[in-house]
Amino acid sequence: MENYIEIARKTLLDPADVSDRELDQLLGKMIGKSIDYADVYFQYSRSENWSLEEGIVKSGAYSVDKGVGLRAVSGEKTGFAFSDDLSLGALTHAAQSARGIAQGIGSKKSGLLGKGSTQVPVRYSGDNPLQSLDENAKISLLGRVEQEARKQDPRVKEVMVNLAGEHNVIMIVGHDGTICADVRPLIRLNVTVVAEQNGRRERGSFGGGSRQSYEFFQQDERALNYAREAVRQALTNLESVDGPAGTMTVVLGPGWPGILLHEAIGHGLEGDFNRKGTSAFSGRIGEKVASDLCTIVDDGTIENRRGSLSVDDEGTQSQNTVLIENGILKGYMQDLTNARLMGQSPTGNGRRQSFAHLPMPRMTNTYMLSGESEHDEIIESVDNGLYAVQFGGGQVDITSGNFVFSATEAYKIENGKVTQPVKGATLIGNGPDVLTRVSMVGNNLELDSGIGTCGKDGQLVPVGVGQPTLRLDEITVGGVVV
Amino acid sequence: MQARSIIQDSGSANPELANAVVYALEFAKRMGTSGAVAGVSRTSGYDLTVRMGELETIEHQNGGGLGITVFMGLRKGSSSTSDFDRQAIEDTVRAAASIAKFTAEDSCNGLPPKDRLVNETADLELDLPWQIDRDQALEIALSCEEAALSSDSRIVNSEGASIGTSIQDSAFGNSDGLLVAGRKSRHSIVCSVIGQTESGMQTDYWFSASRDPGALDSPQSIGAMAARRTLRRLDARKIKTCSVPVLFEAPTAGSLLKNFVGAISGGALYRKASFLLDSLGQQIFPEKTRIHEQPHLKRSIGSAVCDDEGVATETCDIVTDGVLQKYLLSSYSARKLGLETTGNAGGTFNLTIDPGDRDFDEMVKLMNKGLLVTHTMGFGINQVTGDYSQGASGFWVENGEIQFPVEEVTIAGNLRDMFRSLVEVGKDVDYRTGVRTGSILLSNMAVAGE
Repeated sequence: MENYIEIARKTLLDPADVSDRELDQLLGKMIGKSIDYADVYFQYSRSENWSLEEGIVKSGAYSVDKGVGLRAVSGEKTGFAFSDDLSLGALTHAAQSARGIAQGIGSKKSGLLGKGSTQVPVRYSGDNPLQSLDENAKISLLGRVEQEARKQDPRVKEVMVNLAGEHNVIMIVGHDGTICADVRPLIRLNVTVVAEQNGRRERGSFGGGSRQSYEFFQQDERALNYAREAVRQALTNLESVDGPAGTMTVVLGPGWPGILLHEAIGHGLEGDFNRKGTSAFSGRIGEKVASDLCTIVDDGTIENRRGSLSVDDEGTQSQNTVLIENGILKGYMQDLTNARLMGQSPTGNGRRQSFAHLPMPRMTNTYMLSGESEHDEIIESVDNGLYAVQFGGGQVDITSGNFVFSATEAYKIENGKVTQPVKGATLIGNGPDVLTRVSMVGNNLELDSGIGTCGKDGQLVPVGVGQPTLRLDEITVGGVVV
Repeated sequence: MQARSIIQDSGSANPELANAVVYALEFAKRMGTSGAVAGVSRTSGYDLTVRMGELETIEHQNGGGLGITVFMGLRKGSSSTSDFDRQAIEDTVRAAASIAKFTAEDSCNGLPPKDRLVNETADLELDLPWQIDRDQALEIALSCEEAALSSDSRIVNSEGASIGTSIQDSAFGNSDGLLVAGRKSRHSIVCSVIGQTESGMQTDYWFSASRDPGALDSPQSIGAMAARRTLRRLDARKIKTCSVPVLFEAPTAGSLLKNFVGAISGGALYRKASFLLDSLGQQIFPEKTRIHEQPHLKRSIGSAVCDDEGVATETCDIVTDGVLQKYLLSSYSARKLGLETTGNAGGTFNLTIDPGDRDFDEMVKLMNKGLLVTHTMGFGINQVTGDYSQGASGFWVENGEIQFPVEEVTIAGNLRDMFRSLVEVGKDVDYRTGVRTGSILLSNMAVAGE
């Protein structure tokens, strides 16, 4: 990580001619009697996006974004300003705006900088993924994925492939002079197909991603498998019939259906909502909120995962936090401000979309641990219900606890057997209630393929989810057959 | 370089941004590109939030970006940056040109037809600053939240009240000599509170937003409305699964029009990813339905003199007597479909469905029995097939009157059928966004509950 601080200095501070002495003075301006906490967040981000449709790579885009966000916290008050100009004049102006939240003027304190730096294990390589393949190789990868999709079946009419990569250098300077840096890669490849049969069209979509180089997509035919999976979904949906409406037993497949956990309990366990008492889970630590079979964690430490972080955006080391253990609510996910105000420890969940946004408690990789049941045994236990394996997005109202997640591939279960595919439908439940209805948990934990993006207060961050196969005894399914 | 005259869409153009655009285009030409488009914008302002009677956050905004697309014959490449200095502009143009070496030739690429570009300045009065200092903003936010908190003892908590005010300067040009620049303001007041009874908590919010600070609702009325909307959701319950008429309250009804817009947009059509393929001239809505665009309304959130490509916007019908009159096309999607651009690169401008003559209460009476939907949740809309399945909450209506609040249900159908089953549009039009509609009554949907 020491190495990352040098990279960050060279990338962020040196081009703007900001010296350590000037940074030190800037910190002095931000702290003062009534300021509990202040930080400066520098970011330099390079990203690219290539898209293929109708058999050709039609567009490519490259972006460079750099800037700095300055924050001053006084009690429950936060002042924030950002600038895409890293010059000392702009920094000083932004510092004054940010600390305007508190009365009084900044101190003349100096000698703050360099009092320490955070040493933590790194969870991914800092190499720039954009340079891990040359442009011709990227184009060729997109083309191979497209051909793989087309050769699966003549009913495939449209294939769209998108490749995106990002390389983020960040540096966080705390008011106590600690410096922390991280260098984060992020890659994503997605395939969407439209298949047609007798005038009926259906879509299938699949993809994956990671925090590493683009070679990830070439290992084990990974990207080609995305294409095969997208086609399989589209062809399955061509056979789908109208689905049932009402409350029923639902079996969720392993992996991405873990979006259930993200919506049903994840957001409700973020520290800010619980400090303010606005979550349906507020004040319920130690209570039973799920069946004994459920143990759920938020784990930012898994190597190379999309939701993982070496340090969060406040410089706290990422960790594995137990949220629910054998059905009992154990803990919340915290950033620095909410942890301090609640008298708890930060959990490495302080995240922000960019320098232009304030950090807040956010999830990393949220998943349920494996249970005892065999997948087949869970299916066989259901007389009449729904088996849902692929999902679009989800959403939650954390105050009432009501949440939804929308299936894009689902089947009827009849007499213990998976039968007819049904059209996509939204499932709706209540967070504090739904996991008490988990009656079987599979022994087959899977994490998603690296595709999650979570939105909160308009800020997007990459996340992961996962779970084994689950049986929910009762949840409402939004089909059309009443 | 061709002579350029700046076309203003409102307010005073920022010469620094216009110069950045001109420089980017000039540099693109020097790089040997055959055409280029450049846009720059910068937003400044702040958001101030109070919660439980105390200042909570002040977020100052000051940022922007420059984006450029260059053409090398029939190939194109794009690049963007947060920086506007000459070095950054040159690097960005070079990056775009470098990408254009690798993308494929696409015969539909290019700039929009010159004769369709906006060529007249019009003052749409979109730049109306809010002359308040921080202390005044704080007072407004506090009085807004206080109106909500003091309205009823069941209002026990708050997610806060916020004041937002910002000015966006922008400039946009292309290598055919187009240069458009302007300044737009946006101001808002929003309040969200929490109510509680023995059965649990509910939250709701209300906001007012406008380019014109004088057109904002009073902070007290916004707070009071947030409290009323929260209180009426308390003690919500599920209902039995049924098939009934559904009335979308005006703030939620706009989502139906957005689904319609998505399905008739060029990108979805040429990719054959729409349930409204080949629907030009077809009956999509009942005969009395008219949907149109009003891009030149003064002081309006959804107004603009031109679309994202600089093509002049036009006041026109999209649906007349229920029949689809035009798709929504950019110059690219138009070429793909063998049609002409409709000036809808980037979307629609004050999309409006003509209201009927019933107010909200009369719409509830007209439904008589069914589900009034005030909130939808989820991602259960399939644009390829039109299949629609969303989470919903609202109120059960019987005998033409609201009976009790409903939650944790879904509503489902197919958008094609839903559009045809439109019974009536209320005159309770919501003017706060670029999609203008009253409440919308549909004759039948599947409601899943207990």
